[in-house]
Amino acid sequence: MWDFIMNHYYEIAAVILFGIGFMNLLVQRNLIKKLIGLNIMDTAIYLFLAARGFVFGRIAPVPQDLTNLSAETFINPIPSGLVLTGIVVSVSTTAFGLALALKLYRRYRTLNLDEILVLSKKEREDKKQ
Amino acid sequence: MSHVLPFVFNFPSFSILMTLMGGMVTPFIRNGRVAQKINFGIITVVGVMNAILFGTLIAQGGDGTYTYMMGHFPAPWGNELRAGPLEAFLATCFCLVMALSILGGLKDIYEDVRPKKQYLYFLMMNLLLASLLALIYTNDLFNAYVFIEINTIAACAIVMIKSSGETTVATIRYFIMSCIGSGLFLFATSMLYNITGELLMSSIQEKVIAIYQNGDYAIPLTIIIGMMVCAVAIKSAVWPFHSWLPNAHGSSTSSSSAILSGLVLKGYLILLMKLCYRMYTPQIMSELRINDVIIVFGIAGMIIGSIKALKEHHIKRMIAYSSVAQIGYIFMGIGLGTDIGMMAAFYHMLAHAFTKPMLFLAAGSLVHRAGHKYEIKALKGSARENPLAGIAFTVGSLSMIGIPCFAGFVPKVFFSTAAFQCGDWWRLTIVLIALAVSTVLNALYYLPACVHIWSPKKEEVVHHGHADAHGHDAHGHEEAITEHAPEAMEVHEEHEHPKRPLGISFIASMVIFIASNFALGLAFTPISEILKIGVSLLG
Repeated sequence: MWDFIMNHYYEIAAVILFGIGFMNLLVQRNLIKKLIGLNIMDTAIYLFLAARGFVFGRIAPVPQDLTNLSAETFINPIPSGLVLTGIVVSVSTTAFGLALALKLYRRYRTLNLDEILVLSKKEREDKKQ
Repeated sequence: MSHVLPFVFNFPSFSILMTLMGGMVTPFIRNGRVAQKINFGIITVVGVMNAILFGTLIAQGGDGTYTYMMGHFPAPWGNELRAGPLEAFLATCFCLVMALSILGGLKDIYEDVRPKKQYLYFLMMNLLLASLLALIYTNDLFNAYVFIEINTIAACAIVMIKSSGETTVATIRYFIMSCIGSGLFLFATSMLYNITGELLMSSIQEKVIAIYQNGDYAIPLTIIIGMMVCAVAIKSAVWPFHSWLPNAHGSSTSSSSAILSGLVLKGYLILLMKLCYRMYTPQIMSELRINDVIIVFGIAGMIIGSIKALKEHHIKRMIAYSSVAQIGYIFMGIGLGTDIGMMAAFYHMLAHAFTKPMLFLAAGSLVHRAGHKYEIKALKGSARENPLAGIAFTVGSLSMIGIPCFAGFVPKVFFSTAAFQCGDWWRLTIVLIALAVSTVLNALYYLPACVHIWSPKKEEVVHHGHADAHGHDAHGHEEAITEHAPEAMEVHEEHEHPKRPLGISFIASMVIFIASNFALGLAFTPISEILKIGVSLLG
């Protein structure tokens, strides 16, 4: 058990962080905190990918010395590529989410989702009458 | 590369790149109408290209499927597209539905979206089509993830672009749910990459079969597919995760509602079907008991979505809840786990894609006639003033209920056939009961809406005359007695809500939608043959 934890602490940390981010995204009422939760969740996945892609004693596949190349000296570059792509995607979704939060704040002067829902319901009923 | 592929085989990648390029060019145009023309041109060209590809693949017969290496990088490194007759057929249909949905709601778009932002709407349409095509054609799991995110942002943007408080709140709920789905999908993808070391679906299949037979990693395999099913379920609004859908689809402009319901939900479902067939084989899916979960979600969605729709008074929200029920049908078809069940699911997808946009556009037009009132009661008599929209709404309703001759009937027959074939008595029982109950429920909320829109609004005129307009009091009384109440109403309200005439684009789109509905309902033999061939080549 102890060995398992010591050998896989990156993955365990990643899963715990994923859970923290997931729950923040779900249950926080503040929009900014929700977006922070989203980022924690995404970052946990990058940690997982990076940890699984890394092998002790090997280096990133950017050769310094082109004379004796061997696949054994390098790590698998694909997880790192996935992390980079994932970061780009996460930046754009976060930007979109922040823009939405800003729009809601300008309209309702609050970032609390519960209050926003109440205010928008009131607004709709006012419009009906 | 030993042989050169025919030129036609480049069309999937061309169409994805073309739509993406369209999205990149549009910001420099800054004129809504020009952007609309470019967008329409792109959709037409892409539709024609996919139709040609479909024709070629069907003419080839037999093994009409091929893999297309992006940039000629071979399997473990490169990014692949995979096209077969089914994919080409779906892409053609999606282009057609998208073009018709935009045409039908064009006036609403110009009315609901501020003039400065109209070009952005068509930018999002280009991106949306690109991501849908990519989800149909891609053979790479990570690529699918990236296009899911593009799809999410574009879909949220077309809800938000009608600037009102309601749509912004609906968008944030949609956005949060979508982000949860994307996160689950990405985590599942990275875990699967760790176990198999592959990202291409076909290569993953070999590894998954080997791992499964070995007996290692049985729990991770279950968790991964469970997370992926959850992600797709959240994004396509299957029952327990549907809370965002009615607001997002009910409050946006009619074209957006039509495209979101008709196409965006389907993109994710197609991805799920590919995951079932190409990544995890149907056999492993049923041995891991994932199919049971999918079928239960689907059936719960069918019933609960309809009950929610029954309670709804807002016409667009009612149609949106009906989408939850229809997605439940498709999920049930996937959960049956047989080829014919999958074929029925694809058929239902097509039927829904050609029916729901028509319902949303017709409802949008009727609502406009009734002076922007969304309550079903307020729409009384609107179909008499706007018969084309009324007919389209009625055809759509009958199709969703599942009356023979209309599109929605055929998949229900195939669903029951599939249930009989899967040889499992409890599946057969619950599928047949669910089909019967949900058909009755569908009829219970669609038929009253149809009756409401077609019935004359005599009392309405009297009430209206008494209640608010003093000047029109006598006028209202007089007209209430005569038979021509609707026309009187129109005169009465003329200066409050200027009525716009039906545009030629709306008429064309409604007529084509109605025609394709009948085509799907009557010519089911050739279409189901195509889908059968397609499903057999999907794996």
